[in-house]
Amino acid sequence: MKFYRMHVLVAEDTRSIMAGAKRVEEALVEEIRLAGLEDEIRVVPTGSLGFSDKDQVAIAIYPDNIIYCPVLVSTVPEIVEEHFLKGRIIKALAHPMEQKEVTMEERTSENQMNLDIQKRILLENVGKIDPENIQEYIAADGYVALEKALFSLTPEKVIDEVKKSELRGRGGAGFPTGLKWQFTRPNPGPVKYVICNADEGEPGTFKDREIMEGDPHKMIEGMILAAYAVGGTHGYIYIRGEYALSIQRLQKAIDACYEYGLLGKNILGTDFSFELCIHSGAGAYICGEETALINSIEGKRGEPRKKPPYPPSQGLWQKPTLVNNVETFANIPAIISNGGEWYQSIGVEGSRGTKLFSLMGDINWKGTIEIPFGTSVGDIIDNIGHGVRYDRKLKGVILGGSSGSLLVPEELNTPVDFHSLAHIEAGPGSGSIVVMDETRCIVDICLNIAEFFRHESCGKCTPCREGTAQICHLLEMIASGNGLPEDIDHLEKISQTMMDASFCPLGQTAPSVLRQALKKYRQEFLDHIHNSNCPAGVCNMNFTEEV
Amino acid sequence: MENKTVNIKINGNDYTVDGSLTILKACRQAGISIPTLCYMENICEEGSCGICVVEVAKSHTLQRACITQVYDGMEIQTNTSRVRQARKTILELILANHPQDCLNCAASEICELRKISYDLGIDETPFEPTKDLDLPLDTTSPAIVRDLNKCILCRRCVKECEIVQSVNVIEIAGRGINSKVSCFMDKGLGESYCTNCGQCIKVCPVGALTEKNDVDRVWDYLADPKKHVVVQTAPAVRVALGEEFGMPVGSLVTGKMAAGVRRLGFDGVFDTDFAADLTILEEGTEFIGRLTKVLNGESAHLPLITSCSPGWIKFIEHFFPKCLPNVSSCKSPQQMFGAVTKTYYAQQKNLDPRDVICVSVMPCTAKKYECLRPEMDDAFDHWKDKLMLKDEDHFQDVDVAITTRELGRMMKEVGIDFEHLPEESFDSPLGESTGAAVIFGATGGVMEAALRTVYEVVTGQALPKVELEIVRGMKGIRTADIPMVSADGKEIIAKVAIASGLGNARVLLEEVSNGTSPYHFIEIMACPGGCLNGGGQPISNDPNVCEKRAAALYSQDEAITIRKSHDNPEIKKIYENYFEKPNSHLAHELLHTSYVERDLYELEKEDN
Ligand SMILES: Cc1cc2nc3c(=O)[nH]c(=O)nc-3n(C[C@H](O)[C@H](O)[C@H](O)COP(=O)(O)O)c2cc1C
Ligand code: SF4
Ligand code: SF4
Repeated sequence: MKFYRMHVLVAEDTRSIMAGAKRVEEALVEEIRLAGLEDEIRVVPTGSLGFSDKDQVAIAIYPDNIIYCPVLVSTVPEIVEEHFLKGRIIKALAHPMEQKEVTMEERTSENQMNLDIQKRILLENVGKIDPENIQEYIAADGYVALEKALFSLTPEKVIDEVKKSELRGRGGAGFPTGLKWQFTRPNPGPVKYVICNADEGEPGTFKDREIMEGDPHKMIEGMILAAYAVGGTHGYIYIRGEYALSIQRLQKAIDACYEYGLLGKNILGTDFSFELCIHSGAGAYICGEETALINSIEGKRGEPRKKPPYPPSQGLWQKPTLVNNVETFANIPAIISNGGEWYQSIGVEGSRGTKLFSLMGDINWKGTIEIPFGTSVGDIIDNIGHGVRYDRKLKGVILGGSSGSLLVPEELNTPVDFHSLAHIEAGPGSGSIVVMDETRCIVDICLNIAEFFRHESCGKCTPCREGTAQICHLLEMIASGNGLPEDIDHLEKISQTMMDASFCPLGQTAPSVLRQALKKYRQEFLDHIHNSNCPAGVCNMNFTEEV
Repeated sequence: MENKTVNIKINGNDYTVDGSLTILKACRQAGISIPTLCYMENICEEGSCGICVVEVAKSHTLQRACITQVYDGMEIQTNTSRVRQARKTILELILANHPQDCLNCAASEICELRKISYDLGIDETPFEPTKDLDLPLDTTSPAIVRDLNKCILCRRCVKECEIVQSVNVIEIAGRGINSKVSCFMDKGLGESYCTNCGQCIKVCPVGALTEKNDVDRVWDYLADPKKHVVVQTAPAVRVALGEEFGMPVGSLVTGKMAAGVRRLGFDGVFDTDFAADLTILEEGTEFIGRLTKVLNGESAHLPLITSCSPGWIKFIEHFFPKCLPNVSSCKSPQQMFGAVTKTYYAQQKNLDPRDVICVSVMPCTAKKYECLRPEMDDAFDHWKDKLMLKDEDHFQDVDVAITTRELGRMMKEVGIDFEHLPEESFDSPLGESTGAAVIFGATGGVMEAALRTVYEVVTGQALPKVELEIVRGMKGIRTADIPMVSADGKEIIAKVAIASGLGNARVLLEEVSNGTSPYHFIEIMACPGGCLNGGGQPISNDPNVCEKRAAALYSQDEAITIRKSHDNPEIKKIYENYFEKPNSHLAHELLHTSYVERDLYELEKEDN
C-alpha cells in the first residue's frame, strides 16, 4: 500500500456535485499530477462536509485539518501551488463563516463546547473515509459487528441486544426495532425479505442520503445483521430514483460486499446467506409508507394496504418482511459491537441513542446533524445552527416534516425525545427541523404544505383525496384575500375528518401543521380573512372575487 | 377455519360473535346498519370511501367497519357525534365534486350517494368544487357510457372487473385529486378489451356508468309509418321487468310485458324464446355431430362451448383466441331471431326486408355490441342478389338492442300502468316457445335445454325427468356426468360443465387451452348467475336476486306444457317450410357465424 503524505477529501454529496464538486476533483487530480505530487497527495471523494447548503464545493485537507470553501476549478491551481507545494494556508478560502482558518478539530470542538451537543455514531465516518472504498470502512472497524454476530452470537441474541438498546425506528413511527425483529423472526417460510426504506420523501430532508452517500457500508452492515437476526434471505434497498449518487455508491458497496464474501451465499464462510439488491422507486411520497413501498416493489400501484396483516407476517409477495429505515439500520453495527447496554446509556428514557436531523430554514448553519436524544430544540438552533439568520426573530419551528408539528418560540426548550415531544403533540417524524423567522407568513406556509399533500395523496381514500384538495382550495382563498370567516371552521372540520377517517397515516397527519397553526397563529388567519391583510407581507391579497 | 367466538360491545350492548367477522358484519348481525359507498363483500374490500368508520375504544383514529376484524373485548360505537361528523364531512367533500344534476341522471332512483346523503341529513355541501367537472363523456363503447364527472372513485367497478370478471380492463390512473377510473393508456372503453358485460354498471353506486341509451332510436323507428317494427324479448327480461315498476324481485310478468310492449306500438310482439328453441336444435345437432365424430375416433373440437353470451364471446376472442374452434358456430338467440325476422318472417308476411326493423329487449349490454358486429348482417347478404340491394340499403339483422331498464323507461315515458296491465300473449309465429327456452335466462339453462333434446336424439327416449336439477344452481362452476345409452346400445357419459361470470369461465378455459379439459360440452354465460343477472337488468340490492329470478324462470318452465325445444310446433314448421333440417345449408347461412381473434391492445397496433 502506498503511503501518502496528504489526503484531500472532496465533498461529493448530491448538492456539492451540482455545485461542481466533480470538476473540482478532476482539476485537483490534474494539478497535483502537473505538480508531480501524485505519489504524495491523494484525492478522495467523500460525503458532505457541511457546506453544501450554500451550493459551494468544500474540500478538507488531512493531516492539516483545513477546510477550504468555496473551491472553484479556477482556485485549484492556487491551492496546489500555495498549500500543497509551499505549505501555506490560503486564509481567504478557509472556512468562510468567520473568515478565518478553521480546522476540522476546531469545528467539532466548537460544537462540543456547545453543550456537547453533537455526538457522532451514525456519521462517525462521514467526511472521513472514502465511501466508495470498502477497505476504508473495514479499516474504521467496519464489519466487525457482523463478524462478531456471525461467529459468537445467535440470531436471538442479536435481537436481544437490539431490544436491550431500546432502539426505536427512525422512519417516523418510532416503533421499537427489537420488537419488530422479534415479530418477524418466528414467521416460517424459506423466503423472508429485509427491506431498507430509503425513500426519504420528505421535501428538503436529506439525513438518510447523508448516510448512503457518506458511509453506505454502515447501513448495509446493519441490513445484513438484521437479516441474520430475523432469518432474512433476500433484501431490497428501496430508494428514490432521484438519489443517483446514493444509488451509485450503494451499488459499489454491494458489489464490494459480494466480492468480499459479505453478501451472497455462505457469508464469511458460515451457512448464513443473504442476497441484496437496489430497487429504485418512482419517487411518490406515499411509497415511503411501508405497505405502499411493498406494492411498488411488486409492480403495483403505490398505495397503502390494509393492516393487518402487517409486513412481518405478510409483506412482499405475501412473505414475512422486515422494513426498517436507513438510519435505523445504520445504528445496528454500533449496537452489536458495543452492546445494547452501551447504546441504552446514550439519550434519555424512552429515546435512546442519537438521532439525525436535517436542519434547515432561516438559520445560519444548515445541514445534517447528529444529536443524542434529549437535546432541546432551542439548543440545536442556537448552538448548532448558530441562530436565526440575519439576527431576525424566530417565528416558529416545523419539526418532523410536512406532517409534523409546529412549535412556537415558547416551546423551544422541549427536549427532542419521543416522550417530551408527545406532550406538545409533536415527534421527531421524518427527522427535519425547519426554522422560520419573522418574515414568514403562516398562511403561506400552510398553503405550501397543503399543495404538497394535494399532490402526494395517493387518491385511494375519500377523506384524504378530497380533503387535501379542499384544504388547499380554502387556503388559496384565504391567502388571496378571498377567505370567509366560516373557512376556519371548514378547515378545522376537514382536518378532524382527515385525522379520524383517512386510510393511512399520510392523510391522518397531512393536516397536523395546519391544525396547530389554526390554534397557535389563529390571529394571522383572521387578519387575512377579516382585514385582507398579510402581516408578514408575503401573500398577494388581490381581492379578486373569482378565483 | 376455526370459529372462535369473541365478546364485543356495540353501543354499550354485549354481543358474542364469530371472531372472524368484520365490525360491519358483526353490526349487521346485531341489526345495526352501517352505511358504505364502496364495500362489496369479497369483491371490493378496499376501505376507500371511509363512510363506514366507527369509534373503537383505545384506537386513536376511527376504524373502517368494512375491513376491521373484531377482537375479544372490542368496544365499538357506531353513532357518536365524532362518527357522524366524519361521515357527513366525507359526504360533503364528495358532493363538492359531484355534479348536482340528479334530475336528469339515469341512476337517480337507485343512487346510493343520494340516498346516504339524504339519510345523513345533508342538504347542501358547504364546499366548492376542487376539480374540473366538465370532462367529456366516454361514448366510445356501443354498450356502456362513462361519465367520470359523476364518479366518486369507490372502485367497485374496478374490483368487479378484476375479481369477478377477471377482465381487468379498468384501473385507477393518476394520483390524489387527479386520480380517475381509466383504461390502459387512457383509451375509451370501446377502444379497449372491455367485454361490454355491463357488470360494472350494476355495481356503480352513482350514475357514472350507464348503458348507452338507445331508447330514442326505437321511438324513431316506431314513429316511422313505413317501417314494420317487431320486438323480441329475451327470456330473462320477464322475471325482472316488474322490478322497474316496484314489483317484488322475482315477479314473473310475461303476459304484462307482452301487453306493455304492444302498447308501445310494435307491429309484431315476439319472443326471443322462439330463437332459443332454434338455437337448441342447431347447437344440439352440432354437439351430437362433434361427439359422434370423437366417439368414432375422428377428430373434432371438444368440448363444445356455447355461444349465446356476447360478452363471453368477446372475452374468448381477446383472451383465448386459440380456443375459438371449440365455440359453437351458432349465433346467439338474439341474432338468430333477427336473421329469421328479416328472411323467413318477411317472406311470410310479404314485407320488403328493408322495411322490417328488429328491436330486441335484452337483459344485457353486450347485445348492443353484438348486433353491431359487421358479420351480423346475414339477412342482408341473403337478399342482396335476390332483391338487387345496393350498399346503401345495408341493414343489420337486429337494428337496436335495448336493456330491460330501457324498456322500463319507455313504458314509464308513455305512462303505462304496468302492474295493472292485462296478461296478453305474444304474436304468431315467432312468439311460440317452450319451457326449455325460458330457462335460457338462468345459468345452466342452455345446458339443461340442450340436454333435454340431445338426450332424446341420442337415446331415442325421453329424459327420465325433464328437470335436470343437477345442472341448476348459482355456484360459479358446476359439472355433471349425464349417462346415455344410444339407440344402438352404446353407453355414453356426457361430461358437462357450466360456468357463469367470466372469472369462472377463465378457469374452465385455462383447461381447454392447455388440453386438460375433461368435458364434452360447456355452457358459459358472461354474467354471474346468467342472463337474469345481466348488465342490463334492473339494479337490485336484494342479496338473493339471482335465486329469486331463477325460481321465477323455472316456475314458468313448469307451467308450460311443451318443455322441449324440438317439440315446439313453430320450430317444426320453420324447418319443414324453410330451413329443411338443423345445420342445413340455409341454416348455416343464416343461423351460424364465425369469430375473430382480437388483440388485447387492438388500437395500440392501429396507432403505429
Ligand atoms: C406517508 C408516509 C411516508 C413515509 N415515508 C417514509 C420514508 O420516506 N422513509 C422511511 O423510512 N419511512 C417512511 N415512512 C414510515 C414507514 O411506513 C415505516 O414505518 C418505516 O419505514 C419503518 O421503519 P422503522 O421501524 O425503522 O422506522 C412513511 C410513512 C408514511 C405514512
Ligand atoms: S390517506 Fe388515503 S388517499 Fe391519502 S395517501 Fe393514505 S390511502 Fe392514499
Ligand atoms: S365509475 Fe362508479 S363504480 Fe366505478 S369507481 Fe366510479 S363511482 Fe365507483
